[in-house]
Amino acid sequence: MSVAAPGELLPRKRPVVVARDLRKVFTGPDAVPFDALRDVHFEVAPGTLTALVGPDGAGKTTLMRMIAGLLHPDGGTLEVLGLDVRHEAQAVQNRISYMPQRFGLYEDLSIQENLDLYADLHGVSKETRAERFPRLLAMTDLARFTARPAGQLSGGMKQKLGLACTLVRVPDLLLLDEPSVGVDPLSRRDLWTIIEQMIAEEGLSVLVSTAYMDEAERCERVHVFNKGEQLAQGTPQELRTRVAGLTWVASPRSEEPARDLQARLIDASERIVDAVPSGGEVRYIRRPEVTDEQLDDLVGDRVARPREEELEDAFMLLLREHESDRNQVPGPSADVAGDEVRSGSSTSAAKDEAPIIEVRDLVRRFGDFTAVASTSFDVRRGEIFGLLGPNGAGKTTTFRMLCGLLPATSGHLEVAGVNLRTARATARRRIGYVAQKFALYANLSVRENLEFFGGAYGLRGRALRDRIRVIEAQFELDPHAQSGILPHGYKQRLAMAAGLIHEPRILFLDEPTSGIDPLARRAFWRTITQLSQSGVTIIVTTHFMEEAEYCDRIAIQDAGRLLALGTPRKVREQAGERGRDMNSAFIAIVEQGREASMSREPETEAVS
Amino acid sequence: MLRDRSNLLVGFLLPIALILLFGYGLSFDVKNAPVAIVIDEPSLAARELVAGVEGSSYLASRRVGTLAEAERLLGDGKVDAIVHVPVDFLRQRGRGAAQVQLVLNGIDSVTATTLEAYIAGALGKAMEHRFDRGQGTAHGAGQIVLVQRIWFNETSNSTWYLVPGLVVLIMTLVGAFLTSLLVAREWERGTLESLFVTPVRPIEIVIAKLAPYVLVGLVDLAMCLLAARLLFDVPIRGSLVAVLLSSTMYLVVSLLLGLFISGTTRNQFAASQVALLTSFMPAMMLSGFVFDLRNVPLGVQVAAQVVPATHFMALIKTLFLAGTDWPMVARSCLILGGYALVLLFATRRTLRKRLD
Repeated sequence: MSVAAPGELLPRKRPVVVARDLRKVFTGPDAVPFDALRDVHFEVAPGTLTALVGPDGAGKTTLMRMIAGLLHPDGGTLEVLGLDVRHEAQAVQNRISYMPQRFGLYEDLSIQENLDLYADLHGVSKETRAERFPRLLAMTDLARFTARPAGQLSGGMKQKLGLACTLVRVPDLLLLDEPSVGVDPLSRRDLWTIIEQMIAEEGLSVLVSTAYMDEAERCERVHVFNKGEQLAQGTPQELRTRVAGLTWVASPRSEEPARDLQARLIDASERIVDAVPSGGEVRYIRRPEVTDEQLDDLVGDRVARPREEELEDAFMLLLREHESDRNQVPGPSADVAGDEVRSGSSTSAAKDEAPIIEVRDLVRRFGDFTAVASTSFDVRRGEIFGLLGPNGAGKTTTFRMLCGLLPATSGHLEVAGVNLRTARATARRRIGYVAQKFALYANLSVRENLEFFGGAYGLRGRALRDRIRVIEAQFELDPHAQSGILPHGYKQRLAMAAGLIHEPRILFLDEPTSGIDPLARRAFWRTITQLSQSGVTIIVTTHFMEEAEYCDRIAIQDAGRLLALGTPRKVREQAGERGRDMNSAFIAIVEQGREASMSREPETEAVS
Repeated sequence: MLRDRSNLLVGFLLPIALILLFGYGLSFDVKNAPVAIVIDEPSLAARELVAGVEGSSYLASRRVGTLAEAERLLGDGKVDAIVHVPVDFLRQRGRGAAQVQLVLNGIDSVTATTLEAYIAGALGKAMEHRFDRGQGTAHGAGQIVLVQRIWFNETSNSTWYLVPGLVVLIMTLVGAFLTSLLVAREWERGTLESLFVTPVRPIEIVIAKLAPYVLVGLVDLAMCLLAARLLFDVPIRGSLVAVLLSSTMYLVVSLLLGLFISGTTRNQFAASQVALLTSFMPAMMLSGFVFDLRNVPLGVQVAAQVVPATHFMALIKTLFLAGTDWPMVARSCLILGGYALVLLFATRRTLRKRLD
């Protein structure tokens, strides 16, 4: 190892991070040690943006923490900025900036005080602050709120402030651990604008972990991880070529919902790697070894054409291959809804009945603040209804009113034929609710949890036992497993099982897919579509805009107002030019809504 | 409930500890209380008189040559009471009523009252004994008058006894409880992870956490002292410098204990429970605040010596009610300083910038 020349020319050319055979062992919740990372070879080139992508539990955070000197490697070598982190952690920490997943803002301190604190910690001079703070505040659009306590900022603003705090000086390496997790698409876009601007202006070396492929696409190098192993690395272009020729899109028959075709495709896992509904069509990836004839059989007379491969496709292929090597987690049984699953047509029959949820001029105020302003919509039986909106849009408030957890200030609210304002308890018996953080008892077994929730809904004795047996089989749950140490995907299944124990007619799911990996998400939506085919109405909120494509109809809320309502296609059309995919359509609609409300205060905006 | 270990601990272990402590360890009874006996003019009558005191299983008496020496022992807290048989005891007795002086240490007013009753009883028994043997009638009435004086707390006022102890409790509360939440909160909110990846050193974090609370603690101390003096009329006989010095030492120990608990548990709820169990409860039960430590079994005494509050409790009571005993101040401050150092390093270790 040569000593860095005083001119600092040498270190700039050398990789800022070099990892060889890196290994980290953790003890699992079941007290069995497992490899959180194994045999990782890894480099970060200076002055570039490098991405770590992978589902939860891939080892991204562990790797970040090891680079930051917070965790000791259990094997291999790790060099950061030419220093051995194992022995010179403090020297590394003096030169890098790190933004953990839950960035450590002091919630009682104001924006200015948080910036000052981190500037003090890094010993930033007065002159540098005078030059840098206004720039950071302008970039993050926080200049107007400098006196506001960090605890009172929205999720997106907090994240931007966290980023600003790591940039109080120019670090030699910036580590960002999932900076956009739990952030709505608008804030996500702002965040990336800042990161790219700082790289362009200051030649920062950045290592960022993310679950979003469109973010990884912006990086110069991408490293794909799963379950502690590095599956692939390269430029986004290089990774994309892995799926060249395998990516296709198929249009469903007329009157056939896209998600039925998607279900048909994704169930054929021996031929299809992945399938998702998108823009009324179904995008899918073929298995490399599958012949055209085998596929014709599956697609039938529907129109299928090749499409350009994307990073997401490569990622899904890598994950699916890795998981099948490990012989892992099958989705829940396809029998959730009985045998009608494959006969796609049975779905629409039930839907055109009278609405099962009716909302008219719903208003909820907290003091002076109107969380939900005059909202009207209805949901029909067997429908999957998506409620979307940026952080603080009023989704959660609307959701809670629908579940009868929060009384409405005014308006008409009818759920399952019962007026929620007068007969909340009756209505509640007809709905199931799965909270965002699964409200399960971690130290009870699966069976005990189900017994508890069944008991809470008034099921007793024989009826309860029978119901539990049915639902355990349905969701393929092991009754004796302890709930707390189940893998995330299984925990969620258990949460859904608990929500369905009393056979409700409506199931409410609050951000069910946040924090689960793409494969588990596919499996989850497969379950949801099957449930809906069996006649259960589903109301779901989500941060993943592409998931709106699984819904029959969606509503977009912002600042308490309903901005768009209709089928995914209709909502995309409403966004016009910019509505290529759900994500950009969402951004366009929210921005249009905000502009309109600025120019035409204070009228409530038209509902589409 | 069955699988929630920490709650089980509070639910069952705490009551068991309390039952045992109160049942066996702590009581207001006095056992083996050190008593100095001074006989100015040796005589059979005087020896007979104090024989009751010497024979009592509740009292551990020792003969001392002069009253001055006995008073010094009392001042040092080596004895709790002096039984003084004056020079003219025989002559006075001959005249019908003899005076025996009893000097009690009033710092612990509960013990003082109990002791007084014991000694009076023991002396009375000796007299009855004599009377039974028929000697009483031959040599006159032989009445004994016990002349009693209470030192350090003349009015035998329990406020005097409790208020200095309150200083200890308040310092413990401010110290351990406030700080026990600090580091745990930062672990829970994730702020510590970002803080670690900065040039800041663990010892700097400890000092930064400590400094503001030392200030808060000193303000509380000032309030305590003013209240003691102005509201409750408790004298502060020792040097104010010694009071401030030792209180600050104890405060730092208390704060560091809180920080250590906080850094070890990394969870606010657990931290406050542990802080309650390891700092406030012992300071209340074991430090000698309510219960006189000399009357408890050896095991409890040893346990009490481990509690920092015990050392500060003895010192602050002496400083308030007796005066400055510099060797005692030095010894207690040394012990507290030792605790502070150990806890400082232990706390620094809990913040050593590692997540595994």
